Amino acid sequence: MDSCEYEQIEPRARPTPAPTPPTRDGREERRRPRRRWEVFPGKNRFCCGGRVIMARQSGVFPLTLGLILLTCGLFFIFDCPFLVQHLTSCIPAIGGVLFLFVLLTLLRTSFSDPGILPRATPDEAAEVEKQIDGSGNASYRPPPRTLEVAINQQPVKLKYCFTCRMFRPPRTSHCSLCDNCVERFDHHCPWVGNCVGKRNYRFFYAFIVSLSFLTAFIFGCVATHLALRAQGGRGLVFALQESPGSAVELAICFFSVWSILGLSGFHTYLVASNVTTNEDIKGSWSGKSGEGVANPYSHRSAVLNCCATLCGPMPPSLIDRRGFLPQDESVQAGDTQPPAAAPVSQINVVGGASRPTLALQEPLNSSSADAS
Amino acid sequence: MNMGNALYLPTCLCDPPQFHNLQELRHSASLANKVFIQRDYSEGTTCRFQTKFPSELESRIEKTLFEDTVKTLNNYYAEAEKIGGQSYLEGCLACTTAYLIFLCMETRYEKVLKKIAKYIQEQNEKIYAPRGLLITDPIERGMRVIEISIYEDRSSSGSSSGSSSVSSSTAR
Repeated sequence: MDSCEYEQIEPRARPTPAPTPPTRDGREERRRPRRRWEVFPGKNRFCCGGRVIMARQSGVFPLTLGLILLTCGLFFIFDCPFLVQHLTSCIPAIGGVLFLFVLLTLLRTSFSDPGILPRATPDEAAEVEKQIDGSGNASYRPPPRTLEVAINQQPVKLKYCFTCRMFRPPRTSHCSLCDNCVERFDHHCPWVGNCVGKRNYRFFYAFIVSLSFLTAFIFGCVATHLALRAQGGRGLVFALQESPGSAVELAICFFSVWSILGLSGFHTYLVASNVTTNEDIKGSWSGKSGEGVANPYSHRSAVLNCCATLCGPMPPSLIDRRGFLPQDESVQAGDTQPPAAAPVSQINVVGGASRPTLALQEPLNSSSADAS
Repeated sequence: MNMGNALYLPTCLCDPPQFHNLQELRHSASLANKVFIQRDYSEGTTCRFQTKFPSELESRIEKTLFEDTVKTLNNYYAEAEKIGGQSYLEGCLACTTAYLIFLCMETRYEKVLKKIAKYIQEQNEKIYAPRGLLITDPIERGMRVIEISIYEDRSSSGSSSGSSSVSSSTAR
């Protein structure tokens, strides 16, 4: 094999164009490489260069944040000085720790990717649609299809998602507010302004549990504070007049502690039985739908379920927000295929071989500017 | 012969068209087809791919090589998602720091994903590229499928048979 020549190549796993494209022919071309979050198809809002992801509708997240900051602020200003003087200085310390924990877990829940599944690439979608019906006509909407799989010997139906053009994995649901399929979808929480799913469920649980502790703690402290002030027959009204902030805190805490405690209890039950809110509401495993099936995901032990859900390995984000879009050499005209393009763009039969399936011509290692 | 990340493979001009390196694939081959290996949900939602050998690859690669690749990938994913002592430790430690530690530390899952990427690259270089195939890392497809691209040599025109004349001449 003397006539063979060896060529050096660099097999690249991911298409990563240079962040700073060189200017050719002295022309200043605005070919700023775009990141994937800029073309993300879901209804999400991104900040800090794609590091922060939220739902487009923030819901009542500002209210949640405002209430927590207000209550804790009033607590530290009005109640802590008195209680430190009369009781112990541990109170602001504990309060401070709880407040920080609540704030951090809230921000983590709201700003992280809940487990969004990227939409199917055109090739993948074409393959699935081919299996559904043989026409391959993209404009005709096929009837809703389900795929039955056996999970731990339990039959489970997987639904086809028309928006994401794929069969949803088990426990995945499409959130209509965010327009994304989310893995292990629990619910869309307007209080945190984000979906709660596989990746941020532990943050959400930590948030509501710590918030119930914080609310109960503040409620107790404020009640103690007012009781101490009202001692000696001076009365509650006098105490409230002296410390008006405490009245506000008392009201907020009183009305919220029940619902937060209830929510924590409910989610503790869900965690222990490895059921999502979505499944619980639909009655997937309780037999409300008439099927009477057992939960195939449960580990049959409450402790093991808790450990698996809360202390399991942290799954990675699948949407690669900060990755660069693949840039082709001929990007002059702004080569951007529409995100939900029809799957068959070119048919190129090579070598006279009769291929029953479509053949696309595309450069190697290019994921065809997919926006998913 | 491997030197770091570079791959040296022969490009024989005299022999029948063969796929030897990925650059050759890009310039002289065109994408003919894509095969998608779907997820296997029989054991739950943990990441696992079906080991069923697709019919489109029958003429391209040996069944055992393909199954080895998929089984190794499944083992890697099982290792990443294993619930055991280390994952509990990681989880509890993260909880005590209000999950701030996830911002600075690389999780075990991410470490295994890097190993997987390296393994796939190695498999592509050694086994799949010489046969005109290319595996895409499942993480780039949302961990839903293993996408295997099948390439055909543009210069191999006139071959009337359905299967292209691809056979690895390099004994690796």
